[in-house]
Amino acid sequence: MARIGVFICHCGHNIASAVAVEEVVKFARTLPDVVYSDHNLYSCSEEGLGSIKKSIEENKLDRVVVAACTPRTHEPLFRRLCEQAGINKYLFEFVNIREHCSWIHAKEPNAATEKAKKLVAMGVSKAALLEPQVESESGVIPTAVVIGGGLAGLTAAASLVAQDIDTHLIEMEGKLGGQLNDISILAPNFEKSADLLNKLVSELKKSERGHIHLGAKLVDVKGFVGNFEITVEEEGVQNKIPAGAIILATGTQEHQPEGEYGFRKAPGVVTQLEFERALQRGEVPKRVVFIQCVGSRQPGREYCSRICCNTSLKNALRVVEAGGTAAIIHRDIMSYGAAWEELYRQASERGVAFFRYSLEDKPRISAENKHILVEVFDDNLGEGVTLHTDLVVLATPLVSRDDSGDVSRMLKVPRDKNGFYLEAHVKLRPIEFATDGVFICGSARWPSSAREVMCQALAAAAKAAIPIKRGKVVTEAITAWSDPDKCAGCGNCVIACPYEAIEIVDQDGRKIAKVNETQCKGCGNCVAACPNDAMQQRGFTTRQLSAMIDALVKRALEESS
Amino acid sequence: MSDFNPTILAFCCNWCSYAGADLAGVSRLQMPPNVHVVRVMCSASVKGEYILKAISQGVDGVLVLGCHIGDCHYMTGNHRTAKRIPVVQKLLKDVGFDERRVRLDWVSAAEGEKFQRVITEFVEEIKGLGPNPVREVMS
Repeated sequence: MARIGVFICHCGHNIASAVAVEEVVKFARTLPDVVYSDHNLYSCSEEGLGSIKKSIEENKLDRVVVAACTPRTHEPLFRRLCEQAGINKYLFEFVNIREHCSWIHAKEPNAATEKAKKLVAMGVSKAALLEPQVESESGVIPTAVVIGGGLAGLTAAASLVAQDIDTHLIEMEGKLGGQLNDISILAPNFEKSADLLNKLVSELKKSERGHIHLGAKLVDVKGFVGNFEITVEEEGVQNKIPAGAIILATGTQEHQPEGEYGFRKAPGVVTQLEFERALQRGEVPKRVVFIQCVGSRQPGREYCSRICCNTSLKNALRVVEAGGTAAIIHRDIMSYGAAWEELYRQASERGVAFFRYSLEDKPRISAENKHILVEVFDDNLGEGVTLHTDLVVLATPLVSRDDSGDVSRMLKVPRDKNGFYLEAHVKLRPIEFATDGVFICGSARWPSSAREVMCQALAAAAKAAIPIKRGKVVTEAITAWSDPDKCAGCGNCVIACPYEAIEIVDQDGRKIAKVNETQCKGCGNCVAACPNDAMQQRGFTTRQLSAMIDALVKRALEESS
Repeated sequence: MSDFNPTILAFCCNWCSYAGADLAGVSRLQMPPNVHVVRVMCSASVKGEYILKAISQGVDGVLVLGCHIGDCHYMTGNHRTAKRIPVVQKLLKDVGFDERRVRLDWVSAAEGEKFQRVITEFVEEIKGLGPNPVREVMS
């Protein structure tokens, strides 16, 4: 018999204003295996944690259920508390009665209280079946691989070598720098990008920890955190690089607006990056018109590419600086952040003209002698305007690279619907993937300014250094295992596993499935694929989940009778 | 059956739909109190047996919510879910249940409002279908 303690949190008024907390405490005491139940004003406070710990010790509890907020933020805290009180941290179950109950049924206190009881009953029934787990540990190869030698990859690699970590930088082109090579000046501070590039490259080259691979093609990635093997092809020869962590910094590409605004048909219509190259060659036209949001924020590609407004502000100022005139035709100017807002103010003050168009009425371009005519209906003026110009710059969005699908399959990392790589959590784990040991930075994740790219790259390098410096990795014990007595060796789980973590092995003359727990990410796909109930996931066993269903049914019947 | 108060089970994946449900909570989006969420790591870990078990024991409706196709944190898990749930629905239909008692939908971590809509619509739908016929046998 388990000895379960149930702790219901008031969360101040957050839970208690809808859920009758003390009634739920009384109800919890009636549940099987529950030997103690209490409530706390704030379970996560020092006082709350102390009182739970004391109750665990006094009542010799061996399972703990906390009904409070969401496990996605607070589970680690209560698991740690269990450990401190001498209970295996996997003997803890979290019940969410705030986000999933009191907050969404704020005006129905009776129904919210009844629902909280059901959720607690479900949690308790699962808790009774929880088992202590041991987290597995494995070693880490003290080497990092950075894929992509643009600003993101260079910054990350330079930071890693500065931390005395052997780092291989894989660049597919013949030279380092990526898109930075096409851009001469970086806003908002107007620093020379070549200076930045040279500084990073020399830092990397002068360190004996840095290993640069140019013209290198990524062929294959195998393994798991601490123990990856990256296959790279250079000059027709394939080399295998063992590594403990990988940083993905493959960057992005500029959208080519085929057929829009006479692009590639009429002379004098270029993309922003083509204009950057022209500026680099010292070609500054007298009159330039920028058109924003070309191919973005419209059906088919809804996102805002973030960097285009700022880039146009920068380049419009450069045109003005050289004695020319510039106009920016936009749908909204998104100069986010203080430094960029200042750039917008400067551009306005120095005579850059701003016109606002709508998606339904895009600007029109025509040629007249040696001029280009741009006609736009300005939403703010409420009338049409005709501009004479020498050059039209189309500010197109950054889009995911054509090869991002291949790389995503090799690294087993997800992409979003736009093809950008998808981080583990946008706020809590922004530069990590759900796949341990693989990190993401730069515009491969989302269009970012040079400053943002560098911040992300430094963060990714710091994160990647953690397993390498620690020398060991711990896997959360939510991994799968196969019961050899039930397994028929059919291999359905092998096919279902997205991580190639399961293999069929010979054991005592018959074939059974075996899970490599360091490689297992705990998705449970194999569990549902198993026809024999042999495959189980720790913390989510079929018995545990079935018990939750039983508890819900039981309570619902009690309620209706 | 205006006083019918359905009991509904929802399996939500940890990464998208559970987070979407959390966001609905944080945003204080109000919805009917009939749905009880079970957190799983991936929608594709939900065995068909769980759904059959729940429905055969009298649960009025089962929701399976996962990440949008293409957004699965385990890359391709939800593709398996998308194949599995229609099979479960057909099985239920073959033995005389209304297959609308089981619904598959996608809710991202950013879609608190969609979570609210899916819950509200599903509760309405189940109310329209009436109690799970098994309930009469059981009570």
